[in-house]
Amino acid sequence: MATSGTAARERLPSGGRSLRHFSWDSLTPFLLIAPSVILIAVFVYGFIGYTAYVSTTKWYGINPDYTSVGLQQYTDLFGLPRFQADLTNTVEFTILFLFGCIVLGFGAAILLDQKLRGTIFFQNVFLFPLAISFIVTGTVWRWMLNPNTGINMLFEQAHLGFLKSPWLADTHTALYGVVIAATWQMSGFCMAMFLAGLRGIPDELREAARVDGASELQGFLRVILPLMRPITLSAVIILGHISLKIFDLIVAMTNGGPGYATDMPGFYMFTATFRQNLYGRGAAIAMVLLFLVALLIVPYLVWSMRQEVER
Amino acid sequence: MSVRSAAPRLPRLRPMTVAGYALLIIVAAFYLLPIYVLLVTSLKSFTEVSHTTPWQLPAAPTLEPYAAAIEKLLPNFINTVELVVPATLLSALLGSLNGYVLSKWRFRGADLLFTLLLFGMFIPYQSILIPLVLTLQKIGLYGGIPGLVLVHVVYGIPICTLIFRNYYAAIPNEVLEAARIDGATVLGIYRRILIPLSIPGFVVVLIWQFTSIWNEFLFALVIVSDPDQQPITVALNSLAGSLLAQYQIQMAGALLTALPPLVIYILLGRYFIRGLLAGSLKG
Repeated sequence: MATSGTAARERLPSGGRSLRHFSWDSLTPFLLIAPSVILIAVFVYGFIGYTAYVSTTKWYGINPDYTSVGLQQYTDLFGLPRFQADLTNTVEFTILFLFGCIVLGFGAAILLDQKLRGTIFFQNVFLFPLAISFIVTGTVWRWMLNPNTGINMLFEQAHLGFLKSPWLADTHTALYGVVIAATWQMSGFCMAMFLAGLRGIPDELREAARVDGASELQGFLRVILPLMRPITLSAVIILGHISLKIFDLIVAMTNGGPGYATDMPGFYMFTATFRQNLYGRGAAIAMVLLFLVALLIVPYLVWSMRQEVER
Repeated sequence: MSVRSAAPRLPRLRPMTVAGYALLIIVAAFYLLPIYVLLVTSLKSFTEVSHTTPWQLPAAPTLEPYAAAIEKLLPNFINTVELVVPATLLSALLGSLNGYVLSKWRFRGADLLFTLLLFGMFIPYQSILIPLVLTLQKIGLYGGIPGLVLVHVVYGIPICTLIFRNYYAAIPNEVLEAARIDGATVLGIYRRILIPLSIPGFVVVLIWQFTSIWNEFLFALVIVSDPDQQPITVALNSLAGSLLAQYQIQMAGALLTALPPLVIYILLGRYFIRGLLAGSLKG
């Protein structure tokens, strides 16, 4: 099934590879990618290995100390209230953030797919936050979520006082504030993915649903929605891994506070390592974070590779 | 159908259309509100900021916050320019070479190699920070812009390779084979056939890398500790910390930081979105 495509591809290099026509030129492709391959091998895989190694040492303080402590750093870490809070926060944040982005993104995509006039303008409005730094987003939303002067005043003026909240100032609501800012920034990504998916649905398919006597809503539920499943999965994986790694927004909005209400593994790793000089602990946090991201990403990469081979 | 033939192309105001616009406007308000707040606040004096809410228009608009923000952030703005330009160009070059080899000179294990490269763009950078800092210190690149350039080039390899590989895959192999028969070398084909065809690919990658590196924060924070050397995102964050109540300067600084990527987005948004969707591996 895949043979014809593969054969066409193989034909190219084999011309240079056969012994009779051997030339130094057939090595050029390898020379061209060698620098990148070496850099990634060292800076990604070598460094991850080194971090894993540091996570098994007792290194604290400015000078490296490679005395082995086995898995002590990890057992200590999971016993720490701060790290336990980090894990809970990450899960809660990720669920709310994904929910917000998918609902808002899919809703916006459906609206934009109606071929109303001015669609391009609205599309750009929904997408521009993606071009902005999380630090900028954090700076502006910290001001908007200031309980005394920010969005609360707007709610009051609009007679929506019940929506008022202490936002970032309270341990119970701070995380929601960060979720709102993150959703503001990233939901456009979901919208773009869904919109590309909706526009890719052939008109015949939509017509067919209607001819079947299905109402517009039924057609939507039976034909359109199932087609969005793979896109939703991609969105969950891409946004999910961004959410697990969240760092910039935490620094710009809350520094993990109040208390540990918005602390996240990515932020704690930074603090432990570069502010408290707890290198062994920082490395252990980094490895846990990598493990969580890999759980999402590795199956996705393997799946993408398989699809590629089949093509 | 009947509507289209009967009425001369006047858009009929269906209730659905009205509802659609109403919803679009509500959602748009959510996205635009922060920009409104940013602009309005950045035009107020300190006394006005502390006495009004972020929603009110400035009674006496002033550009003083911008003067203050520019004075504080201009050196860092220049640092970021000095970081972004070489890092973006080098990433694009490497990505294009890799994309060419991985799409047109496929060897045994090329798919696996590519997948291993791609993993590099998803890792949390916390998992490489400790050895990264040690290495940069050892080779004398810790603490300045050149070190950051190296870091962004290296960790930009996966996404740039991905975008170019998908882009080059659309160029038919027959074109290359014809050149091959005419005796063109691997590099010759790249220079004379691929490069001229890859301008849109380069635009996507250059915009993507420019925006990502401009906005990046973690590497900049960890690798450059001297405030005079820091990129603008780090400086903006410190500014917010040191001028806690001076929201007008913070907002002017935020706009200054956001401006270059925003201008690029407004001018070349189409290409930016392509880069964005490439991140979901679909090309």
